[in-house]
Amino acid sequence: MRLAGKQTWVFDDVYLQATGTAVGPFEANGPLGEEFDVVHHDLYCGEKTWELAERRLMKEAIDVCLQKGNVTANDIDFFLAGDLLNQNVTANYTARDLPIPFLCMFGACSTSMETLAVGSALVDGGFARQVLTATSSHNATAERQFRYPTELGVQKPKSATFTVTGAGAALITRKKSRFRITSATVGRVIDAGLKNPLDMGSAMAPAAAHTIEQHFLDLGRSPADYDLIVTGDLSRVGSVIVKELLMEAGYDVTVNYNDCGLMVYRPDQATFAGGSGCACCAVVTYGHLLKEMEKGTFRNMLVVATGALLSPTMMQQKQSIPAIAHGVVIEAAGRGSRWNIG
Amino acid sequence: MEYWIAFFVGGLICGLAQFIIDRANVAQIHMVAVLVSFGAILGALGVYDSLVSVAGAGALLPMSGFGYLLVKGIWSHGTEQGWTNIGAGIFQFVGLELSFTIVLSFFAAIIWKPRG
Amino acid sequence: MSLRKNYQHAVKQFQPKPSYIANSLKAFISGGLLCACGEALRKLYMNGFNVSAVNADHLMMLTIILLAVLFTALGVYDTFSQFAGAGATILLSGFANSLASAAIEHRSEGWVGGVANQMFKVGGAVIVYGVVVAFVLGVVHYIV
Repeated sequence: MRLAGKQTWVFDDVYLQATGTAVGPFEANGPLGEEFDVVHHDLYCGEKTWELAERRLMKEAIDVCLQKGNVTANDIDFFLAGDLLNQNVTANYTARDLPIPFLCMFGACSTSMETLAVGSALVDGGFARQVLTATSSHNATAERQFRYPTELGVQKPKSATFTVTGAGAALITRKKSRFRITSATVGRVIDAGLKNPLDMGSAMAPAAAHTIEQHFLDLGRSPADYDLIVTGDLSRVGSVIVKELLMEAGYDVTVNYNDCGLMVYRPDQATFAGGSGCACCAVVTYGHLLKEMEKGTFRNMLVVATGALLSPTMMQQKQSIPAIAHGVVIEAAGRGSRWNIG
Repeated sequence: MEYWIAFFVGGLICGLAQFIIDRANVAQIHMVAVLVSFGAILGALGVYDSLVSVAGAGALLPMSGFGYLLVKGIWSHGTEQGWTNIGAGIFQFVGLELSFTIVLSFFAAIIWKPRG
Repeated sequence: MSLRKNYQHAVKQFQPKPSYIANSLKAFISGGLLCACGEALRKLYMNGFNVSAVNADHLMMLTIILLAVLFTALGVYDTFSQFAGAGATILLSGFANSLASAAIEHRSEGWVGGVANQMFKVGGAVIVYGVVVAFVLGVVHYIV
């Protein structure tokens, strides 16, 4: 039985073979700017519209990932991807140009770990040998779809987050590498009843706390078993709340907790409470955290990508924001082929 | 002196609006709609007329001035010809500004791309 | 107050409050300065160019609109609004910004379906509420 407890999958032999990241100008100027594979200094990324720019980012992340994994698109069995836009256009149009069977996924900003978890399950279950996952977001496409035109003067509160422009791709195989995916906890949709779309940190924190707790329960573990527990995009507001929520449940994560949204930008960049978006968790995990793991800074980590499943229409109808979080455990495998960090 | 009055009246409307936006958690777009309606009502009561004569741009530039000018347009058009004339003059005083904004926005969209 | 027992209430202590006084003060000063500039323009047109008072009002508003559209297109107006808040959004320049930003944003969807149809996406509320309220008042005026 590979199902442990209520909602956690335990994998035998699944490895992260390679990853690829592509980012826009704000992220390139951030503290992790050096760690990304492809860097654009123009928000348009040389394309005509924002949507095309986002598609280009995903394409480039995938290209780099395939190149580093030393495979071609024809070798991949399945492609799992998703993004933030309506009808997942970025993922669908990227898949159009790839000769790979495709499963589209939507988990808002949790898509990065959702695709990684499902991809690992496919590989571990023998349904695929190699799975490619990808996810992307773009500040301007998200802004114009979820909020207002980019040039509209609207004052944003301190709790607002700044959507990361970028894309991350990962290649999952059975072939040994430096990084083993050992388990994944699929989250439940949790709705805390909050209605402010400019404060997604407080809306998503309960979902993140629920998934992390369930993960500990299912595997009989505690926060001390992980060198790092990292959430996707809870930002300055939500990261404090999730620590408090876990503390109330008896889990002390204060020493080994961090949030991708806090790592991706410098405090002096005008990004309000921090980064968010599908790409936030993807580029920080694939670009930065894995390299730190390679250096030996930590041996294992629990990555919990959080997603606010909101829609502007539902917000206008005064509905609350449902949220979800998926966790994936990545461990440094003792010996393996050299990790291609490029 | 006129500059100070314009500064204080215009500033006060903006400051008050900002306080309501923050305190009552109103969206800024909603605030503008409320302000326009408010200006129209004050215009109908005859209050805004005297405010404009005192504060000039300080009363005309906030969007309440827009509502006031709409009402002024309707009322100044006269209703001697009966009810069919009620809305006829609605854009008499803001028609120029409105068309100018639309035309400029259109040409701006031809020339420039959004910068994000 | 425990977060688990009553999340919606307890979470408020973790949410950052807007700085009411500072925000209002910024709006007051920015909005006030814009209005004073408008007044200066009005005086300039009236005394410098010998325009009638009514036309000076029009010219002043047109100048403000022109500048607002220009700064929107140059990508500066949203930065200014983030600082000034209501001091930038509730003025006529804010209305011009809402039309211009929507028009520029949607040029990628074409000239009719994008620019033309979406232009009033944000600014439409002003026209609708202004016209509805003014019309109702017109009816009242006619009856009374």
